[in-house]
Amino acid sequence: MKFGVVVFPGSNCDHDAFHAVANVLRQPVEFLWHQSEGLAGCDALILPGGFAHGDYLRTGAIARFSPVMKSVAKFAEAGGPVLGICNGFQILLEAGLLPGAVMRNSGLRYICRYVHIRVEQTETPFTNAAHAGQILKIPIAHNDGCYTLDEEGLAELERNRQILFRYTTADGKNDAAGNPNGSLHNIAGVCNRQRNVAGLMPHPERAVESALDSADGLVILNSMVGALAGAAKA
Amino acid sequence: MATASTEIKVTAEIAAEHGLTGEEYARVQKILGRDANITELGIFSVMWSEHCSYKSSKVHLKRLPTRGKVVVQGPGENAGVVDIGDGLVAAFKIESHNHPSFVEPFQGANTGVGGILRDIFTMGARPIAILDSLRFGPITADGFVAPKSYPAAADTATNATAIAANRRILDGVIRGVANYGNCFGVPTVGGEVCFEPCYSQNPLVNALALGIARKEDIFLAKAKGVGNPVIYVGAKTGRDGIHGASLLASAEFTEESQQKRPNVQVGDPFVEKLLLEACLEAMQTGAIVAIQDMGAAGLTCSTTEMASRGGTGIEIDLAKVPQRETGMTPYEIMLSESQERMLLVAQRGRESEVLDVFKKWGLDAVVVGEVKDGGLMRVKDRGRVVAEIPAHPLAEEGPVYQRPLGAPVRRAETAADWFAFGAAGAELTEHFVKLLSAPAIASKRWITEQYDTMVRTNTLAAPGASDAAVVRIKESEKNGVMRALALSTDGNGRWCYLNPRVGAMHAVAEAARNVACSGARPIAATNCLNFGSPEKPEVMWQFSEAIDGLTEACEALGTPITGGNVSFYNETLGSSIYPTPVIGVLGILDDAAKVVKIAVRAAGDVILLLDGGSRQKHSAQEFSSSEYCKTIAGMVGGEPPAMDLGAEKRLIDCMIALAGERAVQSAHDVSDGGLAVTLAESCFAAKNLGVEVTLGSDETGTPAEYALFGERGARAVVSVGPEKVAAVLAITRQCGVAARAIGHVTQNADLRIQYEGSTVVDSAVETLRDVWAHSLERTLRVQ
Repeated sequence: MKFGVVVFPGSNCDHDAFHAVANVLRQPVEFLWHQSEGLAGCDALILPGGFAHGDYLRTGAIARFSPVMKSVAKFAEAGGPVLGICNGFQILLEAGLLPGAVMRNSGLRYICRYVHIRVEQTETPFTNAAHAGQILKIPIAHNDGCYTLDEEGLAELERNRQILFRYTTADGKNDAAGNPNGSLHNIAGVCNRQRNVAGLMPHPERAVESALDSADGLVILNSMVGALAGAAKA
Repeated sequence: MATASTEIKVTAEIAAEHGLTGEEYARVQKILGRDANITELGIFSVMWSEHCSYKSSKVHLKRLPTRGKVVVQGPGENAGVVDIGDGLVAAFKIESHNHPSFVEPFQGANTGVGGILRDIFTMGARPIAILDSLRFGPITADGFVAPKSYPAAADTATNATAIAANRRILDGVIRGVANYGNCFGVPTVGGEVCFEPCYSQNPLVNALALGIARKEDIFLAKAKGVGNPVIYVGAKTGRDGIHGASLLASAEFTEESQQKRPNVQVGDPFVEKLLLEACLEAMQTGAIVAIQDMGAAGLTCSTTEMASRGGTGIEIDLAKVPQRETGMTPYEIMLSESQERMLLVAQRGRESEVLDVFKKWGLDAVVVGEVKDGGLMRVKDRGRVVAEIPAHPLAEEGPVYQRPLGAPVRRAETAADWFAFGAAGAELTEHFVKLLSAPAIASKRWITEQYDTMVRTNTLAAPGASDAAVVRIKESEKNGVMRALALSTDGNGRWCYLNPRVGAMHAVAEAARNVACSGARPIAATNCLNFGSPEKPEVMWQFSEAIDGLTEACEALGTPITGGNVSFYNETLGSSIYPTPVIGVLGILDDAAKVVKIAVRAAGDVILLLDGGSRQKHSAQEFSSSEYCKTIAGMVGGEPPAMDLGAEKRLIDCMIALAGERAVQSAHDVSDGGLAVTLAESCFAAKNLGVEVTLGSDETGTPAEYALFGERGARAVVSVGPEKVAAVLAITRQCGVAARAIGHVTQNADLRIQYEGSTVVDSAVETLRDVWAHSLERTLRVQ
């Protein structure tokens, strides 16, 4: 099973995602240039963090028109697992592959630090290795991470159990103190209805080695490996 | 200055407006054998500006040690390069962007970071870390404390205006620094933020970048091979930044300085990210002969320096240069400092391989000329020659000045000018709390959280975690072991004002000590020399003294200077900043897993105070220059702590040995704020742990202030598991470093310090942490 890391002009966590998959998960991985329409036979896709097209106009607004995004949409439609991290999440939102939008952080400043997120759903290819309510220590690094959605959309998200992660305090309270960017209901990550496309603002690929303070991000990436292995067997 | 067409007749007056003296213009005429036209005058004026030509500093810079076993490339290229083993090299350099950051804080700081990153990847190295050494004017009313001999700050009303301006500058600079590194995708892992009255209208923004490459992949900027095409790549040329180097960076500020805003460049980190990837990819084709970034003095400097270094000539046609605006004159195109541009020389016949890479990344790449023999820099505009100058004399035969030096005449201080004491226990705790909340000492988390400190997933020690910033080198992995590089920038302007020679030594010693405390071996240094006007004998004396101090310290500590820059004319309305040499020291850690951090780790661990020195007692004169004295007593005077380079070297070697043996749980040097602050920071970095220590007067002398807040160098605090104390003491003995057990780590999360039998500090770590951690954002009244 092979991972693909999509590279947009301005992606800057592409090498980090590649490193996590190749050297920590020890899975085959390949870069996919945004101009290419082919997906090189990849079984799972990661849209990495960064500033695709400089975040000009609006985060992800230009990247969603890249040729590769048509193939990503088709791949997703066919049930292939797609994970958007930070800017990758923003692109998936702009592309309409995930519900909602992100706005400027409530503090109006870029924030880079470790946060805690709680796993809200475990029945997805991105969280099946976690136990329900597990608290993960994973860093964020963004300007625009304030997740928002209209009431109706939120109700639907809740109903379909599409909220995968919420920001919490270290001891698991999802109150204002645990919310770094003003996100609606502390939402840190969501998936689509089919549960095969997910996005989150925190960076699991930055938390895969204990030498770098936390390896909690492995839960998410290992879930993907497990899901793919399961799918291959079935 | 009004922009001009080539038809303007150049006179001595016009040359003077360009910052060239009569003698300098005569030299121009001699080199050309005729009068210059206006475009040529513009070219000479930027190339011979203080910023580009180092005309006042050259004679002194020669004294710096620049050679060493590990030095692959010393000063003179885009960045210094050192060997870090296993076929890998590190390229690093620090550079100032002070003047632009005052005039337009966001863009000034933004392009400062952009410029230094370009210097690194121009060498073929991929940038892996940024550090920023920042100096601002006071952001609190009690921050206006300077030596009596320094031109005093005016009244409180003026100070209030200054505070508001300083906060605005700080915010812009931080956002500018953050924006560039975050978007470009290189972690900002360290640096310092200091506050002194002298930086009120002249902030210092010194940016350091570090990159790595395989040794054989290093590129130099030498135009070789007559007939090879010269290719312009990157952003289009616009009218921004014209005369940034000559009129902005090479003149002091007056009341009209705000009008220099058009001289500031505008940054676009996204384009630079594309440029980075495209350049590194293009270099892999093997078709690139030389490459040089267009920074200060833009197209002028890149063409001239490449030709001069290569011993060739260059001819370019301006009509082919991609332009953002219409109607630009040759003068404007040659002097534009538009950012994110590169000039490269490719092998003839292989242009398309290079051009294709840039096309892939969506960047302009155009053949604008070719390498010629004859040594001329010839600029054409639609076939017409608009400038023709011998490249080598232009680059290398500019004026060099041996400017007069004059030690400042200051009234001799007496004991009455120095700190006098008498604080008791409760008062000392109160002073300690105030010190922890002082902008100089308080946590910089509010600032560093605006930086992406983790991208590239190599950051082993983010800001504040260790005495130095530490990044691992994934490419060096061998049998599961990776190397890491450690970096620290330091420079105490206050000390350098009081004694530039000793102050400069402290800058080197502290940076090297920080690197060693993280477990790494210091191997090389880079310097950014921020001074006032070189036309003042006092400033040149300070400069010369500082160079001597740097030389002595770098030689003693084995850290040759591999590059850097000089920033003169840091003056506003006639008063010079404190002389502020900022030193970045690079160290290498053979095993990244052996990195040492400052946080204490386990209750029961023994705390040792290590001292490489002769345990000389502190004096009132030395203590008067301390952060405590400035913040608590509201006075600055005396001398920096005496420097003992032998002691520093012993301590450095000892710290490296301790880390190598994994003998210590934590290490933190004693610096700003003294031992009490060192201990507090080691608790703040930990979770639910405190320390209890007992100090006496036998090492530091009386009173208690010396023991708690004295800043004498060559000292560090380590915490050690009880079972390893004997092993640690064996190492310290071997290194000639005194070690004394002063206490232990406690579970009760109190910070308790006893001095001569009485308790002088006793406070919950959480209470102190709250003051220290939130002081900056509370001061700035932000969320």
